[in-house]
Amino acid sequence: MVFSGQLIKNTITALFAVIPLISFANASQDTLHGHARAEATQNPHGKHHEVANTVSNKQKINNYIGHHLHDSYEFVFFSDEEAHKHYGFALPVILFDNGLKVFSSAKFNHGESIAEVDGNYYILHHSKIYKTDAQGTITYNEHEHATNEKPLDFSITKNVMSLIITSIVIFLLFTGLAKGFKKGPNTLPTGFNRVLEPLVLYVRDEIARPNIGEAKYKKFMPFLLTVFFLIWLLNLIGLTPLGINVTGNIAITLCLAVFTFIITQFSASKDYWKHIFWMPGVPVPMKIVLAPIEVLGMFTKPFSLMIRLFANITAGHTVVMGLIAIVFLMKEQLTLGGSIGTSVALTLFISVIELLVAFLQAFIFTMLSSLFIGMAVQDHEHDHEHHHGDGYVKDPEVPVI
Amino acid sequence: MEIPNLVGAGLIVIGAGLGLGKIGGSAMDAIARQPEAAGKIQTAMIIIGALLEGLAFGALILGA
Repeated sequence: MVFSGQLIKNTITALFAVIPLISFANASQDTLHGHARAEATQNPHGKHHEVANTVSNKQKINNYIGHHLHDSYEFVFFSDEEAHKHYGFALPVILFDNGLKVFSSAKFNHGESIAEVDGNYYILHHSKIYKTDAQGTITYNEHEHATNEKPLDFSITKNVMSLIITSIVIFLLFTGLAKGFKKGPNTLPTGFNRVLEPLVLYVRDEIARPNIGEAKYKKFMPFLLTVFFLIWLLNLIGLTPLGINVTGNIAITLCLAVFTFIITQFSASKDYWKHIFWMPGVPVPMKIVLAPIEVLGMFTKPFSLMIRLFANITAGHTVVMGLIAIVFLMKEQLTLGGSIGTSVALTLFISVIELLVAFLQAFIFTMLSSLFIGMAVQDHEHDHEHHHGDGYVKDPEVPVI
Repeated sequence: MEIPNLVGAGLIVIGAGLGLGKIGGSAMDAIARQPEAAGKIQTAMIIIGALLEGLAFGALILGA
């Protein structure tokens, strides 16, 4: 090999970091701006036009980022707005509306036309499917929200699709790893298992064991490993130009947090409930005050898990997209080369941080999950004698320093 | 309505920054005093950092 390992590692990291740039390869904003400038030079009153166009450019970028952060019924890798061409593929739409309706999302023609299925009409409005008539009328209430009827939606959307793909990848990787272990206790892992085994051991030895305790950690390992690798892989997929934002979707993180909540509550020991409703060693009036707070605490823990993952990933995606948008927004001030250079440099920097965040958030979610589970399954044997009687314990002899 | 939101976001970030600085500084002190406990200190630091971050993000989302 000519290249050293370090060089290859650095190159791969850099490539990974630059990848999101491709997802913004959208020529239309560029040409639009060019038009505005040409107009401005020809027309002395064109100055006003240019300002208006910059504002709409900003609006467009905001819409683009908002669109990226939301789920959608199709995969669009990039689009040419002037030619009305979208490069990507449609996904199946599954609706339950007086019987099962299955059709391709290509019928919506990227939200531009009304889909007709078995005499029913459906329209795509703000990335959601509404029932409508042949003309596609949408009625609004006073808050400008559509009041049309919404059919039950079980579609394979972009997020569902990426979730399925990730699950298959995880399944294949880990059945391979399990097979490797079945060969015998003393065989070395081969191939990609060499990457996975240290990670599994890391989750076991650094996360589960110290937090849940030696006696009980084994029961929770499957959950912790699944959550760790699912979140990590979904975060990494989110950094590719496929434009997927799964862990930045609050429904997904809610679901993961609910799993943690249920596992915590159903594996809790007697002591856990005692410490919530009638904590030992506390005067009775305080018990009455503290019990509701402790009950609230049961719910705020998974809630913070949900918000943390969702907010981190959403913020990361927004920042990356916003930095790429510098190319279009700062072209006047920095010239074309300058704006591209600034954008690439900043995006590279943030993307490398995002690679770290992708791992860190998976780690934190697993870590806090195991911490909460550990708090619930603990037996508190060691400090029982402290809490008996009136709650007052004479201090052990402390040497005076 | 735009300005109070932004001021609130700034205040949240100031608070979160102070908190993270305190955590990071104390962790550095602790690691300098006991380098052999660096691993445990780092883990504890990350947990507290994550709790703080969750609070700050919660406030930002509720505010926005």
